[in-house]
Amino acid sequence: MTMIHEHDFGTPASTKAEQVTIEIDGQSITVPAETSIMRAASIAGIDIPKLCSTDRLKAFGSCRLCIIQVDGRNGTPSSCTTPVADGMKVSTQSEKLDRLRKGVMELYLSDHPAECATGDECEVHGVAKKIGITQSRYAAPSTHLDLAKDESNPYFTFDSTECIVCNRCVRACDEVKGTFALTIENRGFEARVSSSGTSFIESECVSCGACVQACPTGALTEKTLLTIGAPTSSVITTCAYCGVGCSFKAEMRGDKLVRMVPLKDGGANEGHSCVKGRFAYGYATHSDRITKPMIRKAITDPWKEVSWEEAISYAAKGLKKIQAESGRNAIGGITSSRCTNEEVFVVQKMVRAAFANNNVDTCARVCHSPTGYGLGQTFGTSAGTQDFESVEHSDVIMLIGANPTSAHPVFASRMKKAIRKGAKLIVIDPRVIALVRTPGVVATHHLQLMPGTNVAVINALAHTIVTEGLMDDDFVASRCEEKAFKDWHSFISLPENSPEALEESSRVPAQEVRKAARLFASVPNASIYYGLGVTEHSQGSTMVMGIANLAMVTGNIGRKGVGVNPLRGQNNVQGSCDMGSFPHELPGYRHISNPDTRKIFDDKWGVTLDSEPGMRIPNMFDAALAGEYRGLYVQGEDIAQSDPNTSHVHAALRAMDMVIVQDLFLNETSKFAHVFLPGTSFLEKDGTFTNAERRINRVRPVMKSPTGKSEFEVTCDLSTAMGYPMSYENGAEIMDEIAATTPTFAGVSFAKLDEVGSLQWPCNDANPEGTPMMHVDTFMRGLGQFMRTPYVATDEKANRKFPLLLTTGRVLSQYNVGAQTRRTANNIWHVEDILDLHESDAQLRGIADGSWVKLSSRVGETIMRARITDEVPAGVVYTTFHFPESGANVITTDFSDWATNCPEYKVTAVEVAPSAKGPGAMVETHIEGDIQLNSIIRMANQIAANFPASDAPEIKVAHHIVQFWTPVMIERLHNDVDKSLLSPIVIKAIDVLLVAK
Amino acid sequence: MKIYVPCDSAAISVGADDVASALTLKVSGATIIRNGSRGALWLEPMIEVETAQGRVAYGPVSVDDIESLIAADFTNGGAHALSLGITDEIQWLASQDRITFKRVGVIDPLSIADYEAHGGLVGLRRAISLTSSAVIEEVTESGLRGRGGAGFPAGIKWKTVAGAVSDQKYICANADEGDSGTFADRMLIEGDPFTLIEGMTIAAVAVGATLGYVYLRSEYPYAIKTLQKAIDIAHAFGWLGSSVLGSKHAFELKIRVGAGSYVCGEETAMLESIEGKRGVVRAKPPLPALEGLFGKPTVINNVLTLSSVPAVLADGASAYKALGVARSLGTQVFQLAGNIKRGGIVEKAFGISVDEMVNGYGSGTLSGAPIRSVQIGGPLGAYFSTKQFDTSLDYESMLAAGGMLGHGGIVVFDESVDLAVQARFAMSFCALESCGKCTPCRIGSTRGVETIDLIIQGVKVDENKKLLLDLCEVMTDGSLCAMGGLTPMPVKSAMLNFPEDFAGEVSRR
Repeated sequence: MTMIHEHDFGTPASTKAEQVTIEIDGQSITVPAETSIMRAASIAGIDIPKLCSTDRLKAFGSCRLCIIQVDGRNGTPSSCTTPVADGMKVSTQSEKLDRLRKGVMELYLSDHPAECATGDECEVHGVAKKIGITQSRYAAPSTHLDLAKDESNPYFTFDSTECIVCNRCVRACDEVKGTFALTIENRGFEARVSSSGTSFIESECVSCGACVQACPTGALTEKTLLTIGAPTSSVITTCAYCGVGCSFKAEMRGDKLVRMVPLKDGGANEGHSCVKGRFAYGYATHSDRITKPMIRKAITDPWKEVSWEEAISYAAKGLKKIQAESGRNAIGGITSSRCTNEEVFVVQKMVRAAFANNNVDTCARVCHSPTGYGLGQTFGTSAGTQDFESVEHSDVIMLIGANPTSAHPVFASRMKKAIRKGAKLIVIDPRVIALVRTPGVVATHHLQLMPGTNVAVINALAHTIVTEGLMDDDFVASRCEEKAFKDWHSFISLPENSPEALEESSRVPAQEVRKAARLFASVPNASIYYGLGVTEHSQGSTMVMGIANLAMVTGNIGRKGVGVNPLRGQNNVQGSCDMGSFPHELPGYRHISNPDTRKIFDDKWGVTLDSEPGMRIPNMFDAALAGEYRGLYVQGEDIAQSDPNTSHVHAALRAMDMVIVQDLFLNETSKFAHVFLPGTSFLEKDGTFTNAERRINRVRPVMKSPTGKSEFEVTCDLSTAMGYPMSYENGAEIMDEIAATTPTFAGVSFAKLDEVGSLQWPCNDANPEGTPMMHVDTFMRGLGQFMRTPYVATDEKANRKFPLLLTTGRVLSQYNVGAQTRRTANNIWHVEDILDLHESDAQLRGIADGSWVKLSSRVGETIMRARITDEVPAGVVYTTFHFPESGANVITTDFSDWATNCPEYKVTAVEVAPSAKGPGAMVETHIEGDIQLNSIIRMANQIAANFPASDAPEIKVAHHIVQFWTPVMIERLHNDVDKSLLSPIVIKAIDVLLVAK
Repeated sequence: MKIYVPCDSAAISVGADDVASALTLKVSGATIIRNGSRGALWLEPMIEVETAQGRVAYGPVSVDDIESLIAADFTNGGAHALSLGITDEIQWLASQDRITFKRVGVIDPLSIADYEAHGGLVGLRRAISLTSSAVIEEVTESGLRGRGGAGFPAGIKWKTVAGAVSDQKYICANADEGDSGTFADRMLIEGDPFTLIEGMTIAAVAVGATLGYVYLRSEYPYAIKTLQKAIDIAHAFGWLGSSVLGSKHAFELKIRVGAGSYVCGEETAMLESIEGKRGVVRAKPPLPALEGLFGKPTVINNVLTLSSVPAVLADGASAYKALGVARSLGTQVFQLAGNIKRGGIVEKAFGISVDEMVNGYGSGTLSGAPIRSVQIGGPLGAYFSTKQFDTSLDYESMLAAGGMLGHGGIVVFDESVDLAVQARFAMSFCALESCGKCTPCRIGSTRGVETIDLIIQGVKVDENKKLLLDLCEVMTDGSLCAMGGLTPMPVKSAMLNFPEDFAGEVSRR
């Protein structure tokens, strides 16, 4: 392996179409107009000395080393700031230039260490050598060589003695990151880089590493570079944190990972990173890693390390025994959105082929399943419509239920850049997220709605656009189904959908909604970005459809700067969904009931697939408590911490007889497991991740797996032991099978990915290089389909006992259940989950900032520390679920999206009270009664509530149930439910179901 | 009965406010008008009384003189030891070519009626009646060049801005008058602020700008107050606002107060400062005329440039360019300062010699000792020796003589001056005021101070002089802006014209 060197052209590429030809040192070169002379020279292979310029930042012109001479012009301008002009003749070398460059370098050397800690990494010495000078003539009694180092950041040091005040760090913080944490203090000779007067750790710095990457000297340096030494080889791979999917160069020294450097050519991140991807990879080699398989008879027994063979055979025997006793549907698996496409594909294949059922679900169930449903219904496929770059072309950006500066920081930086360039921002969120007001960004409108009222607001926005004549009639006429549109139009025009009518529910002033709607409809290109604040609701799917309706009615689909874009929570949410890990869908979002699709897999796999949908995750828990579901294979997901209503989840897990956990660490779920199969970190995997822009990125092994096996190998071994032999040489072979069976992936192969870097699906004969933008001329489903989106208030309501609404989210430094980030130095920023509440709610309850509070809901209680803040409005409290000690999901309920059962994490009625005790006092409720039946009743009534007043709602309800419910659940709806508990539409739907049968 | 007592801060600094109060108390029936200063600063506080023969001046007047002035019937122009006669007949003033400063000291600075009575608003009214290109053509034709120091033709700059397509354009007046020995911007703003406002409005009408900023230094509190009042009055008058004097043009004007940085007088650093950022120089291109304030096309002119425009429009380009020499047309407002007997404002057509200015208008040094050197054009201007006193004060001749006109400030030194110390001062001034962006200026200025110190101490004098000259080349040709680029000018001119001061410790006088 060698080092991958990315050439630095000095200044960014020009986007101008016009071409200009100039002569540099006698060499003719044609470049786009407005290209800098420096870049033109660099393209021509002429390397002009430079220190302050780099092609990720705007030209600055401060180092004065890149000076050149232009025929017919006076002086010696800097080549980084001087654009090319047709016919220009440039000299980069002359006696005069040489003298000036040496003179400037003498000045640098007069205030720079003779030797730098990072050796050759310091460009000052490199450039000095290149221009032929190593010493300064100045006596230089005053220098900055005695300044103290700032080592406060856990990941990098700031050594001002090596700083040349080129401003690259400051500019990177401003231009790339958009955080404005750094500045230059003082002026003249005393001008020094400063994290705004405090140490780095106390400053606004978000540790994205952009400054470290930009620094040409050893002033800002990764600590690992100093402790491990200079890297000797590098591998391009993909970050395993959020759904942005940043490309990195993993730089190695021997078998040690020195640092992760964001890749300039990375399609998703274009050289940018955040604190997690850039620095928080240490969990991969953390001492908590389990590297040997383990088994135990009962969950109260201690773990016993065993061989792979023994573990696999123990697991297979257990599962086979359950199937023999309780039927083939009594076991299933859950795939992980943190694993590769290949690993996920293999798990769902094992479930369908070896377990012989469709009981496979994915953790996307609990995050973006409504995106799949909503965009599938309206556009025809479950995917964001744009690439990330598109946002830079937006005139208005609508951000709903997402907090990108914390959860998708690299994308947030792009968004900020667009806003600094003039795009307007509309934020729809109960909280005052950072983007409402942060340096360089002020949202034009913040629709601060109450949790659970998204659909009310999206309807009010659409109502305004439709009734005020702000529609894009041409788009609707040419691109959308007329009948569905007319139906929707009459629905959305109803007075009950007006901003005024919905103001009481949403608490958003009607005028503010109207203004936001007008702004959204008034510009050429308006885009919508959303997160789990949209999906994790009882009407998550309705909201996604409402978003799609809004984009269609304003014609904002099919070009740059527009679109509907889910921000995916985990690295491979998109991929795990694409890979068919849903109980009703095969890879490529094809329903299991379709015989043609099944035939492809039947033929390929040599099996006969079950045509009925399997269980969703919550169905599995319900069935476990009913004794029908007894064995579970969990791939890289900590359901016991991450899924809602922990009491329910724990009871279900306890009820099972064979729980197999495949993970890096023992976790909350493994407390209920019988088999532990050690997994591999992203640094050891060979496969692909698919990010939120449908971009398939390669994940390449950087180091050897300490378990001795790849993860898909383990799955294959289990499948084989279950009686269905599976084996693959490598990830590439799995991808070939995916491509052979899934039309949207037909053109994807590792060879192609290695060649082009990344591909955005669909990638097939029609789009051999992938599809950066979807639905350009037609929708995936042909014509776009407007869907009625009646607002149905959630059943989870605040009352006297639980008067506050809890909503949950993520912080920048931690990630999901924290399994990774809690095992890094990121804990320095966030070491516990904290409950945010408004001052008035705190005062009312006698709660002091920083004190312990008891947080309780209908289903459980826990204790955490309170923070008084105006980031939440009165009546709303907020926390994260990164730490098992606080177990925020003890509080969250079983309520879920009517269409997909995505949990309603974002709304829980709670009460908060001062607590004398510290954490670790979670109280779970006792689970009793026929949980499964209760769920069936709740879900059926909820589905019916979402089809009110439409044509033949019972048919729609029946259709929905057939599509997504298991036969057992339908049976129980027929036979076991007290009909008085069902809504009339459901009762009629049961008749339809009986007829259909 | 009208008595004029200057409100100019130079006059106030020598007691004008006390004189005004005392006159109010002691002279019954008098209307005290606080005018600007006529510019003869050694005569301040110079009061004037209106008589049948014209305004009669007395000065310098202190509170103690008032009793005797009353006794001498000064309100009727009575004879007194302090009497200077009819103001318009004072030779020092009468011999000047007052165009830009025509009204300064003459009118009540905040009276539009007075302003109009003395030819104010004629230029703007004409500009409104002309097409944009005709206004720009008139300014171009007049030969008016940037009075901030760079001498760039104003009309060409305006044309660039007028030709740029943008939803917003700006006019910025640079009133960050930081050069040592300069005070013309301040005196104009304190004495005749409407002229600046008129000049800016004409520029706005010509290029299509709707918002203007005056960047005024915090060290000028009186000027800030006066200008703000003038802006408010102009607003109430219907001059500024959505319709300039009833025309289709809109123009708003705001003041931005600097925070005491010299480099913010550099136009791009000034833009950064107006935008609320650190005053750091921008690289050019892009030219501010195309991407200036907040990235929009912007006219940036010095106060004196903009304040010369009303006269150009009122009296026509040919009247203006009738004055001056070669490509330096019209007048320059010179400011005499330092060790000088008669300091103040001398507005003269270009072409007057250094000698006429310093020994003629200035009457030599205040100390009485012979002049050894003058520094022309601010702290970054060249030090001239008396051998160069026949040099003509115009852009080209100054350049040829190794200097520059700058903002027209002339600082006089007598024979006690040590030019090595002055050269060191130039470098240390740069070290203090450098924005710290480009390396030659940021590090070079400090290295310059250190190297001159070694020369003064007699350490390796020849080697260090060579090093200093090399440094000067790096700073001149390598700096990003004129701050670092011009700092070598005083250093090199001192070394060249006064080599004896750089011969090392042993040879020092």
